[in-house]
Amino acid sequence: MIRVVLPAHLRALARVDGEVGLELDGNATQRTLLDALESRYPVLRGTIRDHVTQRRRAYVRFFACERDLSHDRPDAPLPRAVAEGVEPFLVVGAMAGG
Amino acid sequence: MSSIRALIGTRKGAFILESDGKRENWKVDGPHFGGWEVYHVKDSSADPNRLYASQSSSWFGQIVQRSDDGGQTWNAVGNRFVYDGTPGTHLWYDGTPHPWEFARVWHFEPSLNDPDIVYAGVEDAALFRSTDGGANWEELAGLRTHRSAGSWQPGAGGMCLHTILLDPRDSNRIFAAISAAGAFRSDDGGATWRPINRGLKSGSIPQQEAEVGHCVHRIAMHPSNPDVLFMQKHWDVMRSDDAGESWTEISGNLPTDFGFPIAVHAHQPRTIYVVPIKSDSEHFPIDGQLRVYRSRTGGDEWEPLTKGLPQANCYVNVLRDAMAVDSLDSCGIYFGTTGGQVYFSSNGGESWSAIVHDLPAVLSVEVQTLP
Repeated sequence: MIRVVLPAHLRALARVDGEVGLELDGNATQRTLLDALESRYPVLRGTIRDHVTQRRRAYVRFFACERDLSHDRPDAPLPRAVAEGVEPFLVVGAMAGG
Repeated sequence: MSSIRALIGTRKGAFILESDGKRENWKVDGPHFGGWEVYHVKDSSADPNRLYASQSSSWFGQIVQRSDDGGQTWNAVGNRFVYDGTPGTHLWYDGTPHPWEFARVWHFEPSLNDPDIVYAGVEDAALFRSTDGGANWEELAGLRTHRSAGSWQPGAGGMCLHTILLDPRDSNRIFAAISAAGAFRSDDGGATWRPINRGLKSGSIPQQEAEVGHCVHRIAMHPSNPDVLFMQKHWDVMRSDDAGESWTEISGNLPTDFGFPIAVHAHQPRTIYVVPIKSDSEHFPIDGQLRVYRSRTGGDEWEPLTKGLPQANCYVNVLRDAMAVDSLDSCGIYFGTTGGQVYFSSNGGESWSAIVHDLPAVLSVEVQTLP
């Protein structure tokens, strides 16, 4: 079970409280994680990554295990602690204005 | 008795203001989508309980919310706005080519007859349509692929398609306006478009009377006379009597003809309202006095309306989509400010009062008159 922590605005949009638990098909990567997240919560499509290019939105970052994973390849394996559910995968809205 | 429901979009959420037909006591509901920019909330004239809201942020992009119960509950619908084909480039502020990039929905315009059909004007400028209540969106690409589109440039607020007017006589006729490209008209349901900017003069473009490149801020129409259009341009207030074929300046005795919104009285098709703003570089009222100006003659002759509005130290702006009217017998006029006030007049503008004082900056105002 992968644990995902969403920012407050996306939790409100998906109508969830706290962490989201996801079972992934195949290897644990950013792509399979986001595929599973968007499959369960279609309202999140387009809010974290672009509908067409699948690129991460500019003001969204991915952190886990005290590392910034935002620039990892989408198909790179997630850290083992994330894949095993020990550590959460954090989706973070960049600190910028507003 | 009739009632009023005002739909307010702000920088930090949407608010719904409701009153009975006396318009004396208002219930304030919100914020909906708190913390998000809500550029527009618009009702369907075919089903007054059907509302569409544009919810967006720089962080998480565009969300489209739909209500089927007059704003009590909302559900997110489709948010996939993808330009048709390879979108190419327009011009950036510095005149260099810039890729077309979707940013947000500025304006929704539901069909006059079917609540499931709705048009969306977006930044970067294009027109989309949904025929299934917002679940899916398809670009009407004839506008963005007009031969002039490569020369369009953004206004200060972005290159936005902010005005969509549907001709109640002819479902194939649609008007659209883009900052800073100008006004356009389709006579075939949005398949093809042509610029309708003859008579506009803009000092900030190389050819002052060019076919496109004009920073049109807002166009308004009275449904009883859809050939007559009123325009607030970057500078100049204009009128067309021939569905946009030609425009004549009607700024007349206005103290400044810069501004953003323009609205038409519900029962008097020649009575129009603007909010003059000092200049393009000073987006606030002259001398700190918030004044609505009214013309009862279709322009040229204007009178200031000040009773109940702040006449000292007022430096707010009124944005292009932030003025609307109700259709009660004594027509109500409403506008929201960047300072978070929503003012209204229940007597055509003779006197004003604030419904709310302290909302986030108001981006849009729409008003429903309910049976």
